[in-house]
Formats: sequence, structure tokens, C-alpha cells
Amino acid sequence: MARVEKSAKACTVNPLKMSQPIGGALAFMGLAGAMPLLHGSQGCTSFGLVLFVRHFREAIPLQTTAMSEVATVLGGFDNVEQAVVNIANRTKPAVIGICSTGVTEIKGDDLAGFVKQIRQRHPELDHIALVQCSTPDFAGAFQDGWARAVEAMVEQLVDPVASDATPMRDPRRVNILPGCHLTPGDIDELRDLFEAFGLQPLFVPDLSGSLDGHIPQDFTPTTLGGAGVGDLRKMGLAAHTVAIGEQMRKAAEMLGAKTGVPYRLFERVTGLTACDELIQHLSTISGMPVPRKYRRQRGQLIDAMLDGHFHIGGRRIAIAAEPDLLFALASFLREMGGDIVSAVTTTASPLNARVPVGVVTIGDLEDMEAQSREGDAQIILTHSHGRQAAERLGVSHFRIGLPMFDTLGAGHLVSVGYKGTRDLIFAIGNMLMHSHHEASPQDWRDAWNDHTIKEAAE
Amino acid sequence: MNSLSQTIQDVFNEPGCDKNQAKSEKERKKGCTKQLQPGGAAGGCAFDGAKIALQPITDVAHLVHGPIACEGSSWDNRGAKSSGPMLYRTGFTTDMTENDIVFGGEKRLYKAIREIRDKYDPPAVFVYQTCVPAMIGDDIEAVCKAASAKFGLPCIPVMSPGFVGPKNLGNKLAGEALLKHVIGTVEPDVTTPYDINIIGEYNLAGELWQVKPLLDELGIRILSCISGDARYKEVAWSHRARAAMMVCSKAMINVARKMEERYGIPFFEGSFYGIGDMSESLRQIASLLIQRGADPELMERTEAVIAREEAHAWAAIEPYRQRLTGKRVLLITGGVKSWSVVSALQEAGMEVVGTSVKKSTDEDKEKIKEIMGADAHMIDDLPPREMYRMLKASEADIMLSGGRTQFVALKATMPWMDINQERHEAFAGYHGMVSMVREIDRTLSNPMWQQVRAPAPWEEAGAATWQSRALQDEGEGAAGAGGAQASPPADSEERRRARAICQCKAVSVGMIEDAVALGHHSTEAVSRMTRASTGCGGCAPFVARTIAAAQERPVATEAA
Repeated sequence: MARVEKSAKACTVNPLKMSQPIGGALAFMGLAGAMPLLHGSQGCTSFGLVLFVRHFREAIPLQTTAMSEVATVLGGFDNVEQAVVNIANRTKPAVIGICSTGVTEIKGDDLAGFVKQIRQRHPELDHIALVQCSTPDFAGAFQDGWARAVEAMVEQLVDPVASDATPMRDPRRVNILPGCHLTPGDIDELRDLFEAFGLQPLFVPDLSGSLDGHIPQDFTPTTLGGAGVGDLRKMGLAAHTVAIGEQMRKAAEMLGAKTGVPYRLFERVTGLTACDELIQHLSTISGMPVPRKYRRQRGQLIDAMLDGHFHIGGRRIAIAAEPDLLFALASFLREMGGDIVSAVTTTASPLNARVPVGVVTIGDLEDMEAQSREGDAQIILTHSHGRQAAERLGVSHFRIGLPMFDTLGAGHLVSVGYKGTRDLIFAIGNMLMHSHHEASPQDWRDAWNDHTIKEAAE
Repeated sequence: MNSLSQTIQDVFNEPGCDKNQAKSEKERKKGCTKQLQPGGAAGGCAFDGAKIALQPITDVAHLVHGPIACEGSSWDNRGAKSSGPMLYRTGFTTDMTENDIVFGGEKRLYKAIREIRDKYDPPAVFVYQTCVPAMIGDDIEAVCKAASAKFGLPCIPVMSPGFVGPKNLGNKLAGEALLKHVIGTVEPDVTTPYDINIIGEYNLAGELWQVKPLLDELGIRILSCISGDARYKEVAWSHRARAAMMVCSKAMINVARKMEERYGIPFFEGSFYGIGDMSESLRQIASLLIQRGADPELMERTEAVIAREEAHAWAAIEPYRQRLTGKRVLLITGGVKSWSVVSALQEAGMEVVGTSVKKSTDEDKEKIKEIMGADAHMIDDLPPREMYRMLKASEADIMLSGGRTQFVALKATMPWMDINQERHEAFAGYHGMVSMVREIDRTLSNPMWQQVRAPAPWEEAGAATWQSRALQDEGEGAAGAGGAQASPPADSEERRRARAICQCKAVSVGMIEDAVALGHHSTEAVSRMTRASTGCGGCAPFVARTIAAAQERPVATEAA
């Protein structure tokens, strides 16, 4: 549907995109007792740490192999080994998730080989799971790094189930592979939903356990919760896998190939029909009718759509977000009658071409700002870095995505399910309502300018 | 890369830095910071340091040559304020991808500079080298030279790839870039005998503006601030100043020293944090300017301003001082802040029970000893778990630190306040000190603490929370100095009194208070009675405060 255009600029201005390694690191933060480790210069880790601390307002476990210039040139095995041993001694993690970075990729450090060697040399670390993935920061974006890390978890942690074996599958157990655009709050909302159908969901990764802002029961330098490595190993015993977001397709396929668990992928779970599909699917796999609570919520969403369409319908909206989030937001706002005047994203995805707009730009916030000005946007939806553009454009800024460093409760912003969609309509609708232009005596004087004529023609 | 390693060696040889000069030739080559430990390090890299030091120059474009990791997750996240241009808050990066890695990123960099000139027309472009292009051999100095010539636009290469070292080294490499390419390239329209440079002040949260009005009043002109709220040309003509103040410890000592060497601009090291330090800095500025030919009457006016401002500040602090006296602070920060903030807190009647010295130089540590006494609890590298234990073991009432460690305190439902670069409050000068005290008071006196610390009504009494468990560990791990067990608020008075204030002679707070209550109203008398402050003298200020408080009390009673 959409034409995908890659920005032709040599200079990225006001980046929308963030790098793969920190996307991978965040995925590892959704495992219990985890310590993510970036194999690179200490700055790579430091920047990621500050970013996540400011977004989640939580302590963030994240370590570095602290590569110096010399170590980078000579190869990083010693640093990775030392880092793993130090982390094991200091923080006693259940799992260490290692992500490569640009410099160590260019040198050609072979993380898979390193892990094998460490295993041979350190049998005393056998009880600690080591997962590694290749996430150069000169390729892809944050959401790709998240996807690579989840694929690595499936590949390196999940016990295989031979294709001729007939495992004792538990019909209640469901694996859920959420994309990185889901907040801890979103995952909590989905957990309630799955459980309402009598299902036992296992979210991999599960940020709701680790980054939902609870006061922990014990002091730990690793993650405060999340999916357990033991549970991950047994993903093959589940009857179903549900993947959310196109970024999770490959991980779901790998899991299916390894264990024979069938998957279904939901491109989005925001919007009435999108939620209907998910809930119908849960009803089918559980054999249970849709609980009353969700029938009521569906009614409330319909009512919210009726009330909200006055404020969202025909409004000019700019969105800058990673592909899965862009697709979810743009599709839902189109369904509410919104007019998407700018859709900017970070990286390639099969979904980009299916965003319901004329053009999707793989670009930056300068592109979004220019398109917003051109299209006279009334509201922009993007992460906190959109604040300068919003100020210059003089429009409202609905903060969504990561990072949200100037907002409380970023981890609890819910936009999935009937209730999440309902609240999203309220939040965006309110913002537009509050910035509504009040009529003035001059509004219609000599008002046949190009813009009104163009608008009428459309 | 060769010239970069030369520059780094040059920085390590800094004669202005006593610590480096005390080392052998061989040690010096290794650099001025500890070797980083894989799996146990957390600080920023040299690129981060360079960006922190230069980004406050407001009207130039800061272009980061590298993959998205370097700028994508860090742009517009530093709190340096501008009184005018906003271009410094725009994130520019070449966002190198696979093609650039294979074919080299120099062409893209050149084009990026051209695009910036066409769209934003800045007075200069600062180009930051990062690890990936340094590794593949992109010669950004050559690109900058070519672009400068072609576009008639100064393009400044900042050679600070992250993997050459930590943040502090990056600060210095940024300084080298200014010395090599910027300072001395423009002449100011006019000069006066009252022109100064302020070096190493980044105007975080607008702190420079807490100081500038007083300088304005005294007729002292900030010819150039390097680099807070600076314009490019101001930095470029900074070589015409008469004197300089170097603000942030050793971060930019190379700039201050080399400017003295090259242009004869004398400098002193000072701080704007704390009332005493602020006054001292004003005096030093006046004194250096007078030495360089300013009218000596400047000192009289300076003293008058200091007297007036100090009186205002003390009056403003007084209402808080009563509530804050005796409150104990755990300070986790680095460099200059570890001593300049200590004296500031003491002025407000608070006690510093421990301070981190991870990023401090030996000289910083000496200053801390001077201020806090020989027993100053200095902490080097503190893992979060230890930090938490310290909060309890040394009975701190509040922790002041950077944003990354805040949750150690908050998850333990302990008060915390931000004093690092991401903070939003300005704490410099006389007004800043009042703000800091007000902020600490605002946090400490918040009624919320009581509610969040109380267990849910359905919790069984004595149920193991993680706080109590951590305390148990502490009880097992360390000899219970200072009372390690969790105790109900009723016990806190007893604990407070039991705490040893004089480490040399093992005198407790209670013993001193009792001596004062018995009518010993001079330090000498209290010392004779309790032997307090007959050793290092570190507890003398506490004794003096206790006496002062006792003498005020009857007056307060009468008034009531």
C-alpha cells in the first residue's frame, strides 16, 4: 500500500533510530536473574544504561567487556572471558546475554566460538546460561537487536523436541513472543487476557516482571524478575505460540522448527478488529467462550470510538516510530479516521509497505518535522526526542515508544487490548481536544488561501 | 591514529597535574586512569567526555561520525542551557551503515558537512571521531581540512573515539581540539582589563547564570566561558582574556595551563559550589585581574558584594538549617564535586558520612581530608549492594548521587537527590546553595516516606521485606559498627546519640551533647570534659555547632 522511501541524506539529523546492541540488551532484561553484557567499548554500555534508567526509572543491569583500543585490534576473547568470570563472581546471575557492537564486529570477534571456549575453560560456570547474538550497531535498528536476541534465546536455550517424538504437550501452556514495542504494562494486560481464558502464558522476554517498577523482595544486581531460564528450556512443551509484531516472526518460526509448537503471529493488538482476532484465537485454542469482562471491554471500546471519532477523525497526524509500533498506531488511527500526514520509521520491515499511508520514510525526526510542516500536522506521535520538533511546529506531542525520558510511567503506558485501545483514544483525543483552535473574528476574513482550497479539493 | 596517540601521550604528560608528574616515565605511558575491568565497569567513554565538554557551545553543529549507537541513544540528553542559539541540541550523525564500513565513511562525512552548511549555516561544525571510523581508518582530520577550505566554514575534528579511554580523558581531548583549532583564531572587537575566561563550566541547569549577575555587577566580563552557553567566536577569541578560572577539577586543566603558557593568562582552580567556595572564587578572580592591571578598588567592591550576598544566603538558609542540622548525607559523585559539595553541605549544618572518590584526583582526596578530617570515609568503587548497606550501616538520612545509582536509595525507600549532569536544578553560587538546601529539605521532609515505609496492614509483623533481609546480611557480614539492625523510629534518638563523632578518642554524639548541656559552652571546655577534638580535630565543627545550638535554645524558649 505504501511506498517505502529511504532518506537520501548523508547526515542524519535528530535521530529517531537507536542501535541494535541496546535493543538486544533490553530483550535480555526480560529474563530472570539476567545480566546483559555488551561486547564493546564501555561507552556503548554507558549510553544504553543512562537511556534505560531515564526511560524506566529503574535500576538497570548492564555490563561491558570494556574493550580498549589495543584489545579491539588484538581481538576480544580475553575481555569477554574476564567479563563473564567477573560477572559470575560478582552478581551470580542465572544467565548472561552477550551482544556484539560495531567495533567488535568489524574486528570479526566470533562470539559463538568465544562462548564455546569459555565453556571448555570454565566448567565451574556450567550452571550459568550464556547466550550470545550478533548485533552490529552499523546495521538494523533497536527492534532488530531485540529480535536477534530473542532468536538467540530460542536457538541457544530451548530444548529441542524431535519431530518424530510425541511430547507431553500441555494444552494450557502458551508461549508468547512480544516485540520490543510492548511495554511492561502491555505485557501485564495481555497476561490477564490469556489467563482469563484459563491459559498459562509464558512471555519471552517478560519485561513486566523486571521493569514494571515494583519494589523487589530482595536486593539483586541482576534483573528483578522476568522469564526463567528453566521455563525457556521447556517452551517445547507448550501447545501454542503467539507472536506479537512482525519482528517476532523469525523467532516464532525457529521455535516451531525446533519444537514443533505451532505459532500464530499477530501484527498488532491495538484496534478493535485486531483485538477481536486475538481474542477469537484465544477462545478457539482454549475452548472457552469469551469472558464477560472482555465483552464489556469491547463495548466500552466501541463507545470510545464513537465518542473519540469527533476529535480524531480528519485530524492530521504525524507518527515516527519503529516499524511494528508505526504499523499498529497508523493502522488504528486510520481506522479512527485520522489523516496520517507523516509516517517515519527506522529500519526495513515487510510491514512498512502495508502501513495505510502513501509513503513510509526510513529516516529521522528532521524528516518527520519537514513532513509535518508540509502536511500541517496537528499532533505528532513519537518518543521523547520529538519534543523539540513539537515545540517548533507548535503542535501537541503524544509520547510513545522508547525513550520517554521526560515522562512518568513510561513502562505503564498501555496500548494493547480493548482497554488499552480505549485509553489510547482518550489520551490522543484529549490532546487534540485541548489544543482545539478557538474561533476568532479574523478566521474567515480573506480566508480563501491555498490551504483551504487544497483541503476542500481532497 | 598516530597523531591521536601523540595527543593522548601529551595529555598524560600534563605538567599541571601533580598526580601524573609524580609517576615514573613508564607508569605515565599507561595513562592517567585505572585499567578498566571487563564486567565491572560502568562509566562513559572518551567520546562521551568530549561531547559533554563541547556540546555546551550553543551555535555550532555537533556532528558525530559513527554508527547510530554513539549519537542515537545520547543526543539532547545533557542539561547545558543556552541563552540564545539552540542548534547545539540538534542531533547530527553520519549514521554509518555497512556500505560505509566497506568503502570508508569519509565521503559521507564530507557530504554531511555540506548538508549541514546548506540547511543550518552554523559558524562552525565540530566533528567527533568514534570507534568504528577510527578502526577502519577514516581520516576525519583530512576531511575537516578539506571541508573547511571548500566551504569557508571552520570544521573542527575532535579526536576522541570511545575506546581510547574514559570520560575524563575525553574532556581533555576535547580541550586539545579547542587549543589546536579554535582558540586564538578570532580577535574580539574590544578588550577590557576586566575580561576573564571560565574554563570547565558547562552551564548545566543554567548554573553559569547563577554566577554571571554578580560578575556583571562588578564590571567583570566573561570574555569566554569554555564551554557553557558559549558562542563559537567567544571560544575563538578567549586568548585575549586577562585571567582565567578553571572550574571542574582536572577535566580541562590542559586548556587552562596551555593558555597560560601560550598567551600568559594566569588561572586558578576554584568552585562555584558552596558559599565559602563561591566567595573565595570571586576574590581570586578580582585578585588575578588586579595583578594583571585592573584598578585595585575592584577588591573593595568584590568584598562588599560578597558580604551582601553571604548575608542574604545565610538568611535564606537559616530556616532550613534548623531542620537539617545533624542530618547525614552519603555523597556518591566524582571529581571536584566530592569536596566542593562536602563543604557546601557542612555549611547547611549537615554531616557527610561518606563520599566517593572514584573519579577524584589525589589532590581532590587531600581536599576532602582537609574538610572532613583525616577519618573521612572515602569510598572508591562501590557496588550497588554495598552502597545500600552503607546507607543503613552509616545511618545516612539521604543519598546524593547521579541518576544511575538513584534506585539503590529509592528502592530502599531512602531519600535521594540528583547532583550529576542530568539534574534539572541549578546549585551554583549563593542562590544555588540555597536551592540545594531547599531541595534536600523538600525531599527529607516529604510526608510520603512514612507511608511508603510502612508495611501493608495484612503483612505479618516482622515479615521479611528485602530491606530487612539486606540488613540481616549486613549484621552477619560486618561487625555491627553504628548499629546495623533495623530499628523502629523510637530507637533512632538512642542510635543518633550513640554514634561515635570523634573517631580518634571514641566520643559519641550523646557525650558531647551532655557536656554542653552541663554548661560547657566553649570548645576547650567540652574537649577537657570529653577529650573530643583533641586528636585530628575533625569533630570540632560538630562541637561548635552543638554549643551554638545550646546557646540559641533558651532564647527560642523565651520567645515562645
